[in-house]
Amino acid sequence: MLETETTKEAERLMTICNACRYCEGICAVFPAMEIRSNFATGDLSYLANLCHNCGACFHDCQYAPPHEFGVNVPKTFAKLRRESYEAYTWPAFLGPLFRSNGVAVCLLSGLGFVLILGITLLMNEPAALFQAHTDAGSFYAIMPHNVMATLFGSVFLFAIFAIIMGVRNFWRATGENETPLADPPSLTQALHDTFTLKYLDGGGGGCSTGTDQPSPWRKRFHHATFYGFLLCFAATTTGTIYHYVFDWVAPYGYFSLPNIFGTVGGIGLLVGPAGLWWIKRKMNEEMAELSNRGMDMGFLALLFLTSLTGLLLMILRETPAMGTLLIIHLGVVMGLFLAFPYGKFVHGIYRFAALIRYAMERRRDLKHAPAE
Amino acid sequence: MTAKKNGKVQQGHYDVVILGGGNAALCAAITAARLGSSVIILEAAPKDWRGGNSRHTRNLRLAHDESNEVLTAPYTVEEFYSDLMRVTDGETDEDLARFTLEQSSELWDWLLEQGVRFQPSLGGTLQLSHTNAFFLGGGKALMNAMYRTAEAMGVEVRYDTEVVDLGFDDGHFTQATVRLADGSQEIIAGQSLVAAAGGFEANIEWLREYWGDAADNFIVRGTPYNRGGVLRLMLDNGMMAVGDPKQCHAVALDARAPKFDGGIVTRLDCVSLGIVVNADGDRFYDEGEDFWPKRYAIWGRLIAHQPDQIAHVIIDEKAQGLFMPSVFKPVTSDTIAGIATQLDLDPAKLEDTVATYNAAVVPGTFDTQRLDDCRTEQLDPPKTHWARRIDTPPFYGYSLRPGITFTYLGVRVNRNAQVLMADGRPTSNVFAAGEIMAGNVLGKGYLAGIGMTIGAVFGRIAGREAARRARN
Repeated sequence: MLETETTKEAERLMTICNACRYCEGICAVFPAMEIRSNFATGDLSYLANLCHNCGACFHDCQYAPPHEFGVNVPKTFAKLRRESYEAYTWPAFLGPLFRSNGVAVCLLSGLGFVLILGITLLMNEPAALFQAHTDAGSFYAIMPHNVMATLFGSVFLFAIFAIIMGVRNFWRATGENETPLADPPSLTQALHDTFTLKYLDGGGGGCSTGTDQPSPWRKRFHHATFYGFLLCFAATTTGTIYHYVFDWVAPYGYFSLPNIFGTVGGIGLLVGPAGLWWIKRKMNEEMAELSNRGMDMGFLALLFLTSLTGLLLMILRETPAMGTLLIIHLGVVMGLFLAFPYGKFVHGIYRFAALIRYAMERRRDLKHAPAE
Repeated sequence: MTAKKNGKVQQGHYDVVILGGGNAALCAAITAARLGSSVIILEAAPKDWRGGNSRHTRNLRLAHDESNEVLTAPYTVEEFYSDLMRVTDGETDEDLARFTLEQSSELWDWLLEQGVRFQPSLGGTLQLSHTNAFFLGGGKALMNAMYRTAEAMGVEVRYDTEVVDLGFDDGHFTQATVRLADGSQEIIAGQSLVAAAGGFEANIEWLREYWGDAADNFIVRGTPYNRGGVLRLMLDNGMMAVGDPKQCHAVALDARAPKFDGGIVTRLDCVSLGIVVNADGDRFYDEGEDFWPKRYAIWGRLIAHQPDQIAHVIIDEKAQGLFMPSVFKPVTSDTIAGIATQLDLDPAKLEDTVATYNAAVVPGTFDTQRLDDCRTEQLDPPKTHWARRIDTPPFYGYSLRPGITFTYLGVRVNRNAQVLMADGRPTSNVFAAGEIMAGNVLGKGYLAGIGMTIGAVFGRIAGREAARRARN
């Protein structure tokens, strides 16, 4: 990425931090910083994406404002992360979507999709929309399965492709020449650090995003969101297997696998994003990068709405509200899919990549370090 | 509890009144509060700057019989004691020193109980890995944890509250007069007093008494609030002084460091890799006398005695990567004359100094891990280790100033942290902890992390004794 005001500020901060090093034990950012003496923009975007924004280094810093050095790593890195998503986006012209309105655009697209679908249905088969269904395949009376699968499948595949292209740009910019696939132990380490959110805890006590008091709640809500999301994804996947492999047609019973995954995951996806929203709103104003709020809150809202409409659909699927709920749910999911490569969702992918890079670098460093 | 008295507002009465808001003060406050005392902390600094010099620290040294998750090997009281004797040249109260080191073995568990967290020694500080416990996130994180604990226990904390007078009745504390941020004054009475308000290193006028005009060019590494007001009041009220008033701990700092609160990042670790000249372009001391961690503390005083209290370290490309990264960028040039111009030195003179030095360097095997055989011959002053020719451009230059960390003058205490009167009688209810009494143990020199050890040990004792005194 190019030099910006933010990368210049990040470089200034890293020069101070590298001469201090008191935060070495807090997370991965500072050990990664210490093996560098110069900070190119690619290094800085790597360090920024290693940062989990736990806030510990801000409250612990003897140089934090009002000190004249004005060191504020979480805030600067939050801004730099967003700029890095933008800089590495594929296709490049969609990068500006990250500037807070990306999610709005996706939500609107989803809404547009709902409207078109609704109008089309109303014009063709209005009765189907408002009538109670109790039989298998009821969803497909609203939208034929093949249409649904093709439409969502292709958008989803595009989103994955776009994300891979973006993170590939990021990977190269960090100066790493090797592919992570060649280093399974580092990959395993990074998966462990991702699934446990190892660095979202200020070195042990939790996040201090509001006051200097560390709290475990941000990690808990993030776990609820992340695992809730994975369970919902598992619900969709098992549903697809049921459909294509066993020829079982949705909706499925309350105690079927897709439903159990969807229900448990859905609850996680309600509680998690709501909790994260609450924590973000209480964030220390000095530390918060407010220009990221659109991106951050928009993504939380999308996740919450996806879960809410999904759960409502499950509960009310045998009532006349099913048709309306289904197209709203589909619209929200479409918005979510569209937002994947151009919204906050990518933070997880970039951070995972940064953690792999960190694990690779650590292993190399230890291998080459002289014996003490 | 508010009443008018002598035109000042009388504002409350506490079992234990604590002056200062750093490590020693908080150790005392928490200990006294745990014993059931009502406690107030009077901190001169605003909240953002609370914690005195403790906010800039990074570790404390403690005796321990076993290694643990952070400390890599045992460090016995005996080993600790011999380290202390070595740096102080015996300028210590041996009984009090041994007692302090014995007590230090309780600090690990106790600090953990107060919510303090530790990390292994930082990169570049391996020499401290078995002696010093590093605070996770540094001294400000330590102070945040202790303030949270103290406040949760009901300790009242007043910021922006400077002590301007202390009421003593023949060594018996009665009340403190404080000035608030808005300039108004208040009287705070208490059963006992803990003075933990630091030294006077930020009081340039006081330093001028010993250093003259040179004091104007000192940089204060820590808090600007250590102006010695409380120390002065105690000495003026007949309490016994300890420590050499002329002594201070001063290191060589980057001359561009902020006047106050620059902390750790303003240090410069490349002296032993190059040569150091004064404003006249002359070398004045053996740069390679010993490992830098053992010598950095003498360079502040050395520079304080040079013209205009300034010196310049010159290194070449070969030294790059061999010292801790510095926060300020050096001046750079492909010629020595170019460096001289940027550092305001006479180019011909500096070229001559470097040429003379280069000519005196004898071949050797360069090794920063030991006292190597790279030295000069027939040069005055010599450079006895790590001497290599300064001949590989680009050349780099940093200007250095004396950076004062703390002063040694304090009040005399006994094992109960009880302050003694000038005639040797103990006061009845006045206790001291931290830098204000560190001179009892550390009369000279320095041992990394021992300031925090003394503060924590005597802070706990002062809190305990003050609470006991308040109950009676």
